[in-house]
This record gives sequence, C-alpha cells and structure tokens, in this order.
Amino acid sequence: MLKKIRTILAIVVMLLTTLLFLGVCWHINLWFGFVAKMQFLPAVLSCNLVVVFLLLLFTCLFGRMYCSVICPLGIMQDCFSWLHGKFKKNRFSYSPEKKWLRYSILVIFTVLVIVGVTPATTLLEPYSAYGRIVNSLFKPLYDMLNNLLASFEAKHNLYHFSDTEIWMRSVTTFVVAIVTLVVLAFLSWRHGRTYCNTICPVGTTLSLVSRFSIFRVQFNMDNCKQCGMCEKNCKASAIDFKNGLVDYSRCVVCGDCIAKCKFDALHYSVYKRKAAEVSARVAQTVDEGRRSFLVGAGLMTAAVATAQPKVKVDGGLAVIEDKVAPKRKTPITPPGSISAQNMKRHCTACQLCVSACPNNVLRPSTALDTFMQPVMSFERGYCRPECTHCSQVCPAGAIRCITVEEKTTVHAGHAVWLKENCVPLTDGVSCGNCARHCPVGAIQMVDYKGKQVPSINMEKCIGCGACEHLCPARPFSAIYVEGNVMHHLN
Amino acid sequence: MDRRDFLKHIGGAVAVTSLLAAACDTPDAPKQGVTSQDGHGSMTYRINHNTGDKVSLLGYGMMRLPVEAGGTMRENPDSPIDQEVVNKQVDYALEHGVNYFDTSPAYCQGLSERSTGIALSRHPRDGYYIATKLSNFSPATWSRQASVEMFEKSLKELKTNYVDYLLLHGIGMVSNDMDALQTFNGRYMDNGILDWLVEQKEKGRIRNIGFSYHGDISIFDLLLKWHDEGKYHWDFVQIELNYLDWNYADEINPRNTDAVYLYDELHKRDIPAVIMEPLLGGRLGTLPDFILKRMQEREPETPAARWAFRFAGTPEGVLTVLSGMSYMEHLIQNVATYSPLRPITPEENDFLMKIADEIYNLKSIPCTTCSYCMPCPYGLDIPTIFAHYNKCVAEGNVPNPEHPTAQYKKARRAFLIGYDRNVPKLRQSSHCIGCRECVAHCPQRIDIPAEMKRIDEYVEQLKRS
Repeated sequence: MLKKIRTILAIVVMLLTTLLFLGVCWHINLWFGFVAKMQFLPAVLSCNLVVVFLLLLFTCLFGRMYCSVICPLGIMQDCFSWLHGKFKKNRFSYSPEKKWLRYSILVIFTVLVIVGVTPATTLLEPYSAYGRIVNSLFKPLYDMLNNLLASFEAKHNLYHFSDTEIWMRSVTTFVVAIVTLVVLAFLSWRHGRTYCNTICPVGTTLSLVSRFSIFRVQFNMDNCKQCGMCEKNCKASAIDFKNGLVDYSRCVVCGDCIAKCKFDALHYSVYKRKAAEVSARVAQTVDEGRRSFLVGAGLMTAAVATAQPKVKVDGGLAVIEDKVAPKRKTPITPPGSISAQNMKRHCTACQLCVSACPNNVLRPSTALDTFMQPVMSFERGYCRPECTHCSQVCPAGAIRCITVEEKTTVHAGHAVWLKENCVPLTDGVSCGNCARHCPVGAIQMVDYKGKQVPSINMEKCIGCGACEHLCPARPFSAIYVEGNVMHHLN
Repeated sequence: MDRRDFLKHIGGAVAVTSLLAAACDTPDAPKQGVTSQDGHGSMTYRINHNTGDKVSLLGYGMMRLPVEAGGTMRENPDSPIDQEVVNKQVDYALEHGVNYFDTSPAYCQGLSERSTGIALSRHPRDGYYIATKLSNFSPATWSRQASVEMFEKSLKELKTNYVDYLLLHGIGMVSNDMDALQTFNGRYMDNGILDWLVEQKEKGRIRNIGFSYHGDISIFDLLLKWHDEGKYHWDFVQIELNYLDWNYADEINPRNTDAVYLYDELHKRDIPAVIMEPLLGGRLGTLPDFILKRMQEREPETPAARWAFRFAGTPEGVLTVLSGMSYMEHLIQNVATYSPLRPITPEENDFLMKIADEIYNLKSIPCTTCSYCMPCPYGLDIPTIFAHYNKCVAEGNVPNPEHPTAQYKKARRAFLIGYDRNVPKLRQSSHCIGCRECVAHCPQRIDIPAEMKRIDEYVEQLKRS
C-alpha cells in the first residue's frame, strides 16, 4: 500500500516537473508551478517559510518521504535503480552510514550558500540538477517533436504548435548536465540511493529530522523469518535485518521492503522504541574505495558554410550574418531579479526560467561566480514588454514575481550607442529601427553630421534589448545594453 | 537509362496520359475533373495582324517554374529547376494548342531561359512563339555592349536564332535616384539599343518588337506617341489587366493606372495587347471564402481563377493571356478555360465589378510576389511577409486588437504562429530599417517600407494584447 501510494505520487510529481521544464504549455507552468515551489532549497533561498515549515513538519511526521515523492532527482534515480532491478534481483545489502562524509559536505555546502559561492552549491542541489538535465538534454528532443508536429500542422492550416528555435544556450551547462546524468545513472544503477544518502545536502538536512520522525518502517521480529529480502531490496542500504534495524536517517520511505516481505514482518506505523535497538550498534566499516569517473565530452563543431550570394535580379534571400553578443561589463539579469547580487544569492541554476523564456533571451551564465545562473542577451530576441514568464516560474526568489505594468518601471540595464557601427554613418542609409521599436520611447533620432542617429534617454531606458536585437548592424549591433548592477525602479 | 529512370519515365507517362484523359473531355466520354461548361472544344486563337501569327489565347509564363525541392523558387530559392517536370508541362501545353511561351533573362534567378530552351527545343521551332525581354534593369547592364550581350545570351540559352516577340522589359519602372524618363533613356535610348533591336528585326532575328509596362504612365504615353508619329512601331504591348485593376488600379495605389485606360489606348491604335497578371500574382485565384461563395453561388463548379481568366481573355484586342503555371493542375485548368473561351457577358462583367469592389474593400497589399524587390540588403523576405498578410486577410485572420470579437484569440494565434512559420524571425518586418532600396524595383509600386512598418506595428499590437 505504502509503495503504491509512493509510486503514484512520484510518477505524478515527476511528470509535472518534467512538463514544467519542457515548457509543454505555458498554462502548465501556471497550474503546476507549485511543484517547483515546494522544492526544499529553492524554498529556503526564497525565504518561503511556510513551505520550509511544512516540508520539515512533513518529514517529522513521515520521514524522508520528500526524497521519494517530491524530489525529481530522487525519483529519476529510483527509475534507474528499478530498471536494473528488472535484470538483477535482490542486489542490495546493508552498509553503515558515512556520517563523517555526509555532515562535512552539508557543513561546507551551508557555508558556501551563505558566503555565496554559486558553482559549488548549484552543482549539488538535486532539484536544479534535474532541471538542467531536462532542460539541456530532453528539451531539445521535445522541441524537435514539437516542430515536427508544427510542420505537419502547417500543411493543414492549424495553429496549435508554434515553432521553436533549438539552440545551444551554453556548452558548459550542457556538459554539466550530461556528466550529472551519467554519474547519477551509474551510481543509482549500481548502488541505489548513494548520492542521496552521502552527498545530497538536502537529503542530509532532512535526515536530521527524519531520525526522529513519528511514522517509521519497523520490524515485527515475531513474524520475521530472517529471509533478508528486505535488506536485499533496500536501495538506500538502510536495513540491517539480522539486528532488525532500519537507519531512519537514510530510509526514504519507499515501501519496497514492506512489499517484498512475505511474512508481514515490516510495518509503517507510529514508532515504538525497542529494547533490542538500544544495545545494537553496528561498528562502522571502512569506506569503500572511492571511484572516480572520468567523462570525456566530445564537442562537435559544425562548420558554418557561408554561401556566396548569387547575382540575382528576381529574388533570393540575402545572407544574414549572425549577431555576436557584445562583452558586457555588467551582465543583465531579468526584471524582477532586483540585482545581480540578489540573483547570485538565491538562484539554484535550475534553468526553469531559461526554459520558460519564449524569446530566447535567457541562457545560463558561463562566468564562474554566477555559474549557470540566467543572464540575458539579445542575439535571438529581446525581452518582450508583455512577457513576465521568468518571474512567474522562479521558485527560489531569484526573480520575484512582477506584473506587466511593473515591468515597464524596472530598469534592468541601459542602452549604449556605438557610433562606429551605426548604419546611417557607415552605410549612409536612413534607419531609426531602434527608435521605432523602443517600447518606452527612450530613443530619439537626432541630427548628427547631417545624419539621423539615435540618442538615448538613460532615465527612460529599461534595458529590454529591442534596440540591440533589431539593430541592422552585424555581427555587432550599433546599440547594445549594459546591465545595471542594481535595477533602477521608478 | 537505368531502372530508376525508366520507372520515372513510365510514371510520368502514366500521369500525363491520365491527365490527358481527364482534360480532353469529349461529349461522349465520362466527365472527369473538368467542369461541365468549359474545356469541350479546342483552344481559342487570336491573330496578330502584324505578322499573321495565330497565337493561343493562353500563353505560358515561364516565371515561376517548378524546382526539384518542391514548389517554386519562392518556396525553395536554392533548389535547381525541375527540368523533367518543366518538359512534361511544356509538352502538355503544346499538345493542347498553347503556342506562346514568355520568358526573360531575369526570371527564376536567371535560369528560366535555359530551362525554356531545353523544353522547347525538343519540338519543331515553327510550332511555337518565343517571347523574351531585354531585362537590363541594373545600371551595370545599361551599356550597349552589356545589353547586346544580354540579347545574344538569350538566343543561346533558348537554343534558337530568332525571337518571335521581344520586349523592352518593364518600361516606366525607375532605377535609384532617377525618374522614369531618365531610367528609360539610360536603358534603351542613350545606348542606341532600341535602334539596334529594330535593325535585328530587319535582319529577321526578331519578329515582333514591343514593351511591357509597369509604373510611370508618362513613359507609356510617350512610347504610344512615338507609335502615332511613326518614330517606332510597336507590334504588341504587354500590360497588366484583370478585373480588379480594370477600374481599381489607381484607387489601390495612386501611382498606378487603371487597366481600362491602358487597354483602350492600345485598342484604338490596333496594337495587340499581351496580358500579364490576369490573377494578380495568384490573389484572384485564392479569394476569401465569403467572396468565393458569391461566385460559386452562380457557378458551383467554376474555380475563382477561371472567372479571372475569362475576364482577361474577353476583350478582342487581347492577343494572349500569360499565366505562370507552376503546377500541372493549373495548366489543365487554364487550357480548359480557353478551349474555347466563354466570353464574359455584360451581366457577368457587372458581377465581376461588384466582386472587385469587395476585394478592394479588403485592403490587402497588391503584391504579386514577383520578387523583383529581392534580395533585400537587410535580409527581409518581403514577398513572403506580404503573402502571409494577404493570406490572413483572405482567411479573416487579421483581428482588430481594439475591438476583439469572439474569434479574436483564434485569429490572433493564426496570424502570429503562421507569421513565424512562414517567415523566419530574422526576416520579419521588424527588421526593415526603411532604406528604400526595394521601392524602385516594385512593378506594383508598393511603398514597401511603409507597408512593412504598418505590418510591424500591427504585429506588435497583436503580441501585446
């Protein structure tokens, strides 16, 4: 019964989280956004005390069930472990808790979060790791399917699927996602919940509470025939059947042991302390030899063939050179993120905002101090005035929820004019495309050396990037956005 | 011939035979694919009194030839012309009496003449008339030498030693920073090329000299004045004529001239008129449902395009009506329309004028997707943007954000998603900087940058609502 409930809940949560990250439909984000918002670390970082309290209370009552039904990375590992179980039955055995390793990682992690060393924290955080895997590895596949459907639709004048652009937002994040997936797949295939019970800082934090939880899996030694099936099927290696003990700091309340026990010797019920347990303490064994994994990622570089334009009199398309992002002194963070500092403090680099961005503006940063956190750039689109998607999905309080009206008052950056690239001066043509498209009217065309060139009103500019994106100068725009260290509000 | 080729040929032969069977509808054969009223007889011909040529009322325009990747160069600009299909369609046309083939050194990115030459040279030269043009649009080709070379190259590509109909291509159009007269003089007079062409006619290398007209009416009037004065003799003139332009050309764009004027000027001088754009770039073939319904209430089996072809072919001064038939089905349909022509009655004429009123009121953009404006130096796909807009107009998918109706959401979605599907984001109207490079090239004289701005503002409004 416990196992059934756990499995159903896990499948539902996993499905919703995955749909969320795939960006299947914007409405899903609005209805099921809570799946992301009830994740532990994002809730802590966004100071969502209600969720943190509820999660701790939940753990206090039922043990680490969070790890089995809410954490998408835990569920993903269960999938690998379950698959292996199809080939090789009864493969687990008890191993003692590696307390020293667990707690040192937790302490270091906590210190790093407080100090604000982003890469270290974002790499280990389980929910974000799952987000990156889905966003980097599976979303492109999903988008391909979407585009395939869209192309079928186009033939029949139907308009349900809009075409999406598939592009590599960050090679580093892609590699990190692959390495995470491979390492976790290997660990869970071989040893079940090793990651959750030795490395995961969220798992360790919850284990502090779950040790004292009210409901627990317990032995009824009268019924136990010492068959050992429970221990052999415990993916957390937390059951010591000989002594009738369960390590509640590692038990993720999956219910597999209860389902396996043919003799009704295991129950999930209100905990009663037993005399036997007090004396029985198993000596710690030496750590298993460490294994290191080297994952080489071969990167393919596609040669871009630039065809020479033919001499044409009736048609053909001019070759458009790709835009190249300018070197921004201050990175631009999305409206709602308040400041680069706030973003750095709260963001767990889950990539939910990146996947939610319909304008191809957000992508993971490659800078070390804001590793994989979202930054804005405008080569493929600009921050559209009617869109607040990223601010609505962020579970960690890194991008606070803002309305469309508020958005026009957030100055995330300011435009800078580079006259050496401006086409009225370089090519002698009239332009003004930046001024025409500025949603807040911050650009006026003024006479300069007999040509109309843009002049920017810094007080009005919100840093949306419309001017940079729509500037005809290529590869570098003649007008680009510099981030504001702290967003100006008015 | 390997096995694959063999199968292709057999497949083609089967296709042609079955289409043939469908089109050559004799009264006793079961009717298939052809409406009850048209296509029972043989092709209508008109006589060119200058040479006595017996010209089929349907002329084949070689401007939108099919390409190997499917569709035409509009859809697949980099794909080579599908010669096999061109050959089959030319064969079909000849078998069904079509004998006027119109090409230009400028068509199909410069590849149309060669393809036309390959297809036609497989048949006896006296069985058809070739029309081509001196398409020296670019000032780089205005020198006497470059223009002569262009004509000689046409003969070579067309695999012939004479051209039946040679046109000064698009008189009245303007080149950058010049007016229409300066452009015309630069292209044909200052370099003495028009006189050279007249010499070639005397030598028998050209049988008829004429011109095609787009744009500034003063040049059209000037050339006809020369005709009256006996300075130059025009054997034929090619004009744009269809039931929308008949009276509405200058209402749609004040810089254009109604077809009724153009035709009357030619007819009173007894100059045969060759008709282009009988369908306005296909737009009169794909009408909005509510307009199509009115046509089909009169004749349920008649496609919209047939009305337009019947209209264009009815005036007696019309020598031939050109149609750029990319697909076999269009060819079959048009052959049927003119086999023989069922002239438009005065009552039907009134009806079409009412239809023209309604089309005019739609306010679509009069683009015929000829692509002369391309390539845009800033990468825009101008004809596709206009085609998308017009398609949405025709399908009623241009909702008004200020007065949203019940259908608003659906129409908005169709417009925006369809826009992204048809035109890559980087080639959409938002990237038009208004350099006006394109304006001079448009035979319809559309103010392209202004229309781009209008569409862009509309898209912006839709996106924000």
